[in-house]
Amino acid sequence: MSSERSLPPEILARRRWMGLAARSRPDRLRELLPELPAHDLLRAPEIGAVMVEGRAGGTGTPFNLGEMTVTRCSVRLGSGEVGHAHVQGRDRDHARRAAVLDALMQTDAAQGLEGGVLAPLAKEEAARRTVRAARAAATRVEFFTLVRGEDQ
Amino acid sequence: MYVAVKGGERAIDNAHAWLSQARRGDPSVPELSVAQIREQMTLAVNRVMAEGSLYDPDLAALAIKQARGDLIEAIFLIRAYRTTLPRLGSSVPVDTGEMAVTRRISATFKDLPGGQILGPTFDYTHRLLDFTLAANGSEVADVAASLAEPAEGVPHVMEFLNKDALIQAELQADGSVPDLTREPMELPASRPLRLQALARADEGFLLSLAYSTQRGYGRTHAFVGELRIGAVAVEMEIPELGFPVEIGEVELTECETVNQFTGSRTEPPQFTRGYGLVFGQSERKAISMSLVDRALRWRELGEDFTGAPAQDEEFVLMHADNIQATGFLEHIKLPHYVDFQAELELIRKLRRETEQGDLAAEEQP
Repeated sequence: MSSERSLPPEILARRRWMGLAARSRPDRLRELLPELPAHDLLRAPEIGAVMVEGRAGGTGTPFNLGEMTVTRCSVRLGSGEVGHAHVQGRDRDHARRAAVLDALMQTDAAQGLEGGVLAPLAKEEAARRTVRAARAAATRVEFFTLVRGEDQ
Repeated sequence: MYVAVKGGERAIDNAHAWLSQARRGDPSVPELSVAQIREQMTLAVNRVMAEGSLYDPDLAALAIKQARGDLIEAIFLIRAYRTTLPRLGSSVPVDTGEMAVTRRISATFKDLPGGQILGPTFDYTHRLLDFTLAANGSEVADVAASLAEPAEGVPHVMEFLNKDALIQAELQADGSVPDLTREPMELPASRPLRLQALARADEGFLLSLAYSTQRGYGRTHAFVGELRIGAVAVEMEIPELGFPVEIGEVELTECETVNQFTGSRTEPPQFTRGYGLVFGQSERKAISMSLVDRALRWRELGEDFTGAPAQDEEFVLMHADNIQATGFLEHIKLPHYVDFQAELELIRKLRRETEQGDLAAEEQP
């Protein structure tokens, strides 16, 4: 997205994993990351609303479109890393798991989690998006213009 | 005078018990699950999310079940629930140019980059009842998927007109975004405030207003420049981190109208814009919203106020919310015994006075 351009690589990497965790289906994330290490809750999972903004004309002045449900959570691992999560919906377990994943990605476990959790999530999301795009493409109208003889 | 009435509690309990039975219907028919409503009554779910002003398909489906399919009652339930949620923040404005489109059409440009994509539409169906759906286990058609390269980007059509300066530019005035859920609406309203009110407005009310502009009450000569439906990422700046992350994805319908405009005292001849953006798949509402948005912009474009309802900001904004409307409308069925007693006294008094007046008149020679 446009906001990505000016950000340093370590922030882009964190944005990527936090986004993948937030967009993942809660049961799928639980399947891929069933065991959570010991952690303290800095902020227990809390259900709330986030106001979604749009722009007039798609590109103009921002306006409030309406809210969406979001659950947030912050945790600290025994080793000190702090993880945050804001995830769509009202699944407290999802928010907690995403926050723990965010913290774990700052530890030596990152490489293993990249292969075991993030890569499958990214792959499955890409597959869902490809299916959606291919279905849309199949309903694309191909216009062609008939040229009348006398116009040639 | 205050009158306390006793003895209603048991009647109310019994009425509610009956309501829950009526909601369930014939017990020999399997009960609907919330997931079934969410997946198979999607457009009803979308409407409840849009007008409830809360994007959560599971909650909207639950509300529809609880409300026995009465969508305004369901919207009421969602609005009430919404007030119990703490506000965690605001998103970065969504970028609809980056939408993963499932539908995208233009009535003004035939050969637009990215193409005309029909998506899962009712258009071109014959509107004949399909009795195969009444038979259990009806077959679902196979969905074609194109192996052709899906379009890279699907740019907004309006950008092409913008390049030639033929259409009014959208100005970006960043600043605090007005929120009618936080401060009472003040008139005249800014365009962002109007758009928020329209986005949660009653679909039927907006449809009728938009239709009235097409029939001549505040005509705006609208074409659908572009209508698109699809998924958009929602990003939010996390205070602890100081940078935005994606927190989820919402389905939106966006409509941009191109309106003929022959110029006014202040503006040159050019195309002007109306804008509609709605939660979920709801193109009737999005088109209606963009027509009404355009009609309400008469002042900034230096047009005349013709007295048309769709141009009248106070009329539109104060009557567009179906929960406010139904709340006030339906309250008149609740006990007004004391009010009515006073009215009754008044009528009797007036009657007595007229009768005495008549008597006095007869006695005059």
